[in-house]
Amino acid sequence: MKELTVMLYFPRWKIVLIFGVCLIATFFAMPNFFHTKTLKSWPAWLPKKQLSLGLDLQGGAHLLYSMNTNELKTNMLRNLRGDVRQRLTDAKIGQITGRISNGVKVLLSNPDDMPNSLERLRQMSQPISNSIIHVGIEKTLRVTKINDRVIHISYSDAYLKHLVTESISGAIETIRRRVDAFGTSEPNIVRQGEDRILVQVPGIENTTSLRELIGKTAKLTFHSVHPTQTISSTSQQIQGEYKSYPLAENLNEVETFYLLKEVPVVRGDQLKDARQGYDQQTNEPIITFTFNQEGARAFAKFTSRNVNRPFAILLDGKILSAPIIREPIMGGSGQISGSFTPKAANELAIQLRSGSLPADLTVIEERTVGPSLGADSISSGLLAGSVGLTAMIFITVWVYGTFGVFAVVGLIFNGMLIIAIMSTIGFALTLPGIAGLILTMGMAVDANVLIYERIREELASGKLAILAVDTGFSRAISTIVDSQLTTLSAAIIMFWLGSGPIRGFAMALSIGIFTSIFTAVTVVRLIIALWVQAERRKNRNIALPI
Amino acid sequence: MLFIPNMKGHRLFQFRNNSIDFIALSRFLIPSSLAAILTSLLLISFLGVNFGVDFNGGSIVEIRSKEGLADIAKIRDAVSNLGLGDIQIQMFGSEKDVLIRVEQQYGDDNSQKYALEKIISAVGKNYEKRRTEIVGPVVSSELRNAGLIAVFCSILAIICYVWFRFEWQFAVGTVFALIHDIIITIGVFVSLQFEFDLSTVAALMTILGYSVNDTVVVSDRIRENLKKYKKLKLSTVINRSINEVLSRTLITSLTTLIGLLALYLFGGHVIQDFTFTMMFGVIIGTYSSIFVLAPILEILGVKRG
Repeated sequence: MKELTVMLYFPRWKIVLIFGVCLIATFFAMPNFFHTKTLKSWPAWLPKKQLSLGLDLQGGAHLLYSMNTNELKTNMLRNLRGDVRQRLTDAKIGQITGRISNGVKVLLSNPDDMPNSLERLRQMSQPISNSIIHVGIEKTLRVTKINDRVIHISYSDAYLKHLVTESISGAIETIRRRVDAFGTSEPNIVRQGEDRILVQVPGIENTTSLRELIGKTAKLTFHSVHPTQTISSTSQQIQGEYKSYPLAENLNEVETFYLLKEVPVVRGDQLKDARQGYDQQTNEPIITFTFNQEGARAFAKFTSRNVNRPFAILLDGKILSAPIIREPIMGGSGQISGSFTPKAANELAIQLRSGSLPADLTVIEERTVGPSLGADSISSGLLAGSVGLTAMIFITVWVYGTFGVFAVVGLIFNGMLIIAIMSTIGFALTLPGIAGLILTMGMAVDANVLIYERIREELASGKLAILAVDTGFSRAISTIVDSQLTTLSAAIIMFWLGSGPIRGFAMALSIGIFTSIFTAVTVVRLIIALWVQAERRKNRNIALPI
Repeated sequence: MLFIPNMKGHRLFQFRNNSIDFIALSRFLIPSSLAAILTSLLLISFLGVNFGVDFNGGSIVEIRSKEGLADIAKIRDAVSNLGLGDIQIQMFGSEKDVLIRVEQQYGDDNSQKYALEKIISAVGKNYEKRRTEIVGPVVSSELRNAGLIAVFCSILAIICYVWFRFEWQFAVGTVFALIHDIIITIGVFVSLQFEFDLSTVAALMTILGYSVNDTVVVSDRIRENLKKYKKLKLSTVINRSINEVLSRTLITSLTTLIGLLALYLFGGHVIQDFTFTMMFGVIIGTYSSIFVLAPILEILGVKRG
């Protein structure tokens, strides 16, 4: 062993490691070569994850929504103006309060009220909480004294940013609930950039109904529950003004219905805010909510008549929860308790807040692929991929003989590694992704071409076989790394620019660059080292079949 | 291991001994390269780049006739008086498939969707909807910027890398080679009236990668030989280096081209333009790594220490 050169010497642990990586890759790539039905009968310890297909191969709809954040800010300012005026009027401070472009302006009738007003207004400013923990020292409001009669109040930038984030996550929650109701498999709904939401739904072709479903305003309502017959297990019961509604999450997996008065007590658009908090006595997670004036009045009347009875919170025709009224709620704000986990309470608060989407969502991009085109693309992609690969393999073996076979073995492991990585991290394969894979295979072959051509040159210059192989590898490696790194930089930029299919292409290309350096350089080198060892046992002066 | 038969490889493209004078050849080829760039620039400015919906906004729908061949004239009649502005109708891939492109509709955000629905109902029940794409004005302008930035950034990244790894003369040669490749590829693209969209940008960037890959291999060898043959004339060293790596360059181009050709022939018409662009790029990238890089290095001269 020791007399072998640097490039061809492998300690035993390295051999084990290299083949180990190849075997593990093959193991994780394996599910892709079997039918899904066969996979179900496999023992649990075997991997079952297959490559997921992008929308262009699978068929489906891709919708990009943009949230009108200006509208959101305008709505918030309208509320702020109301709150400011209310607060100052309650303190008997005479003023004129109006909205200005980025805030609220207060003109005091009497300059003497200034200190009192400032103090009261500053009390309105709360630390920004992300509903579970309080973060930092950022406050919600900025209160500025302009002169001895004028005060400006505006939302702080941090709070506005926080609001957009909250509204987006609320909207995502709402969209997810609605798309789930559509009954399709695995929708992908994610935030993109500042104010965008990407909705990808496989298997959907008719986007008109999907768009209607997503775009419609959620109906959040508060209802009174039938005085005697509350819970039932049948639907479609109608008794006078009462109608049965299903519970959003079934109790003990049994479909449960409540009989509710059809006309709501309070509507969602009368709800001003809802947040997750903790009960001061029991420290249980709760949801606190506030109604606007109109809603507060109606709710006060209703709760004072129905103490110790449940009322129901209905969202899009399903009952979110049916808490018991403990005491009359007079101030327009109250709390919902129940056996919530903090997370569930937070989600419910978001749902309540987002019940009516906080701002308009508009579709700014829509792409659909019908199932027939998707199926065609899969079959043509497979055909093209296998023809292309076979041709490459043929050329490699033709040009480099036995060493070509070694390169092909490397190429096969390369394919296994890429498939294993992509199936494990769950990155979707797209049609351009298949093109990227073919190109990667080309680049992997290129690495071997570089090495083998170098070996041929060294042989032509009269070097001995083993030395030629050694020099071939050591000289070619820096060139390979140089050329792969430049391609990688292009791929990374493509991924960053990326939209859907292009990202798939860039991803396939980048994964392939790393794996092909490993297989084309390391794996093939190991195979050749083992081959040289075996040959030398037969004959001291081996000749390279290249 | 003992059972592996010793197969001798076929000696493909071995030019090592019969040295080709690439520098002399490039004297003839530089004018034609310049002419190709000029023609491409003229084509681009007169014909204009045919931006797809990704960059221009608007919408497309691909339909396939359920029975018989598609009747373009009839479709054109059906959709021409819907009042939706400019509508382009073309065969797509096979005689049964048709691609209809509608210009950006202004109005509320649903107007593009309505326009597509009008078209689909106008062409009638004999056609099946295969694919739709709707891109609004905000997204298209963002994608246009992103595309430009991406190409620009990759060129910049590549320049930096080459400059860092080699002398500045190589970086200059690489930049000229890349610009040469991109302009001529876009020229061919424009003259074939292909649609320029996001996947075209991806193809262009891959060509960049491939071309620079070739250029790096050639530069690597030139640098190595400059150290090895200190007394030889620069042009001789360049010639010798290109001859030495020529077999590699050609074999790699061949295998990559064959892989891409399979994709072009069997990969379906959705990515046909994409693969065509890449095939062209592989050829032009191979050409430029020899005939653009070499003369520039010879003119600029490389410091030899």
